[in-house]
Amino acid sequence: MDTFVQQLINGLTIGAIYALIALGYTMVYGILRLINFAHGDIYMVGAFVGYFLAFQLGFTGPSLMGLVVVLIGSMVIAALVGMAIERFAYRPIRKYARMTTLITAIGVSLLIENLFVARLGAAPRAFPQLLQEQSYTLFGNAAISKSQILIFAVSVFLMLLLQWIIFKTRVGTAMRAVSFNLNSAKLMGINTDVIISVTFALGSALAAAGGVLTAQYNPQIDPLMGIITGLKAFVAAVLGGIGNIPGAVLGGLLIGLAETFVVGYGQNVGVPTTFRDAVAFAILILVLLFRPTGLLGSSVQEKV
Amino acid sequence: MPILVKRLIAALAIVLLLIIVNQYMSEAGLFGFGVPPYYGRIIMLAGINVILAVSLNLITGFTGQFSIGHAGFMAVGAYSSAYLTVYYAQAWERSLGGLVGGTVAHALIFLLAILVGAIVAALAGLVVGIPSLRLRGDYLAIVTLGFAEIIRIVILNIDKVGGATGFTVPGYTNFLWVGIFAVATIVIVYNIVHSDMGRALVSIREDELAAEAMGINTTRYKVLSFVISSAMAGMAGVLFGHYTQFLSTNDFQFIRSFEIIIMIVLGGMGSLTGAILGALVITVMPELLRQLPGDFSQYRLVVYSALLIIIMLTRPQGILGTREFGLSWLKRSQKRTEGTKPVGEKGVSIAESDKE
Repeated sequence: MDTFVQQLINGLTIGAIYALIALGYTMVYGILRLINFAHGDIYMVGAFVGYFLAFQLGFTGPSLMGLVVVLIGSMVIAALVGMAIERFAYRPIRKYARMTTLITAIGVSLLIENLFVARLGAAPRAFPQLLQEQSYTLFGNAAISKSQILIFAVSVFLMLLLQWIIFKTRVGTAMRAVSFNLNSAKLMGINTDVIISVTFALGSALAAAGGVLTAQYNPQIDPLMGIITGLKAFVAAVLGGIGNIPGAVLGGLLIGLAETFVVGYGQNVGVPTTFRDAVAFAILILVLLFRPTGLLGSSVQEKV
Repeated sequence: MPILVKRLIAALAIVLLLIIVNQYMSEAGLFGFGVPPYYGRIIMLAGINVILAVSLNLITGFTGQFSIGHAGFMAVGAYSSAYLTVYYAQAWERSLGGLVGGTVAHALIFLLAILVGAIVAALAGLVVGIPSLRLRGDYLAIVTLGFAEIIRIVILNIDKVGGATGFTVPGYTNFLWVGIFAVATIVIVYNIVHSDMGRALVSIREDELAAEAMGINTTRYKVLSFVISSAMAGMAGVLFGHYTQFLSTNDFQFIRSFEIIIMIVLGGMGSLTGAILGALVITVMPELLRQLPGDFSQYRLVVYSALLIIIMLTRPQGILGTREFGLSWLKRSQKRTEGTKPVGEKGVSIAESDKE
């Protein structure tokens, strides 16, 4: 039972990170029908911006101020990077076939990865610990660490903030209108280009927050860290029903839990721990076989 | 002259040409002139990539089913055939060699390996093709990607084929094999596209609902194109494994599937010659960038990805669009091949689950 609770906590921690990244995938998809493959790399960029900010500003030891500054700073810079990518890589070809935009997205992803590898080397770097790591024992032997509490607190806060932006502000209303129908939204006087920019900024900021938070939990960052995490976050978004915001969170948490349980209990039923990376896809395929538009996705009736 | 005789002569001429080129590809060469190993490697990989791109073009370019799991089928072909050649080929070759001679036995065994790789990959294609009945567009894409990753991780856990340490495979592939199978793939896909089946595939791409209304069994054709394409990818995998003589599951990560998608989009989707061109460009471009002077050489891959983006921004429909490169180009004829007409002005609509 104790280990079960422990696995649950660990799984939800990873799941919260996936959920933060998945939100960016799902928002961009909801508006542009584009799988933004560069999004996983924004998560990596966020972690690296945090790394350099921490060193530039002299936050190398535990400091709450440092944590807040690094987190917000990297979110802002990543948001700018996301907007720049949209402006220069995606906007010029938005009107062309989606396959073209997709390849451009893969190109941007490769560009960011290769640029970081060329400039910084592929070797992992140690992210400064801005949080005095400490474990709190829950009931029994299950423990929760400070960084895990931080991940839960910050991600829940950011998700609520996002919910508020989307449902209570004018920009959010416009975002929903654009995702409903881009052309009609334009006719209603919405500046769709600005709204799309805002969407990229929001998604990128969330991914960057995910990057900095992960770096507190597991302080190893490298230029290729975004590939597999990004892919799983994307799977999480599809699992929940791509374009659906609560779906992304649900999908992220499910995949985080599934992964942790495969590592924790898989061996008891003959599943090796290396299947950790496969379980996300296995769940996805099983779910899509029964619900072709994901868990919370609405099915689109095809009209003649 | 009967058409059959004509075609036989053409086939013989191609094989003869490939045999001659094959002689140059060996280190000794012909008449004291051979292709250096470095260039030989690029040519071999280009040939294998042509098979991959042309076969993926059948699913994605002509049938309009967006698949990013081609590396998975390649892995299935490579590993299943390697299992055969590593554990059984030597014994079989010895016993067969007594009957028909060493060289023929060697060739027959490899032919069998290619066949096995193709069949196993086709079965994998069938398994992946079936969910494609229910899924559309991006959902199908992510499922094919998922299958490919699962295949890779399953292989990683089979100790019989080396698992995580890699699998050493005997070398069978030479240029002749790659050349023959590349030409065969192109001819087969060309014939499919220009047959009634090809018309059915293109109609599914253009409008699945309308195709169904016209009495086309869309399910059957979608699965069929998946299976054929996977079989070809499996063949490419067999050739690849027995050329590099070492298989590692890292060679079949999803980035490899992306690379094949990039080839066909870059060349122009729904264009056979475009896929070939794309495969050549994507194989040769990173190698050419090795020539970058001094300090820039570490930015080789940065320049490569930047070039990729620039090509897509300046030619969003791919280098050839949906046109075919051929003699008609030289005659400046702008007549489009029937059935490869782009939708509207914006290029072929592909993987489009929700038309606005």
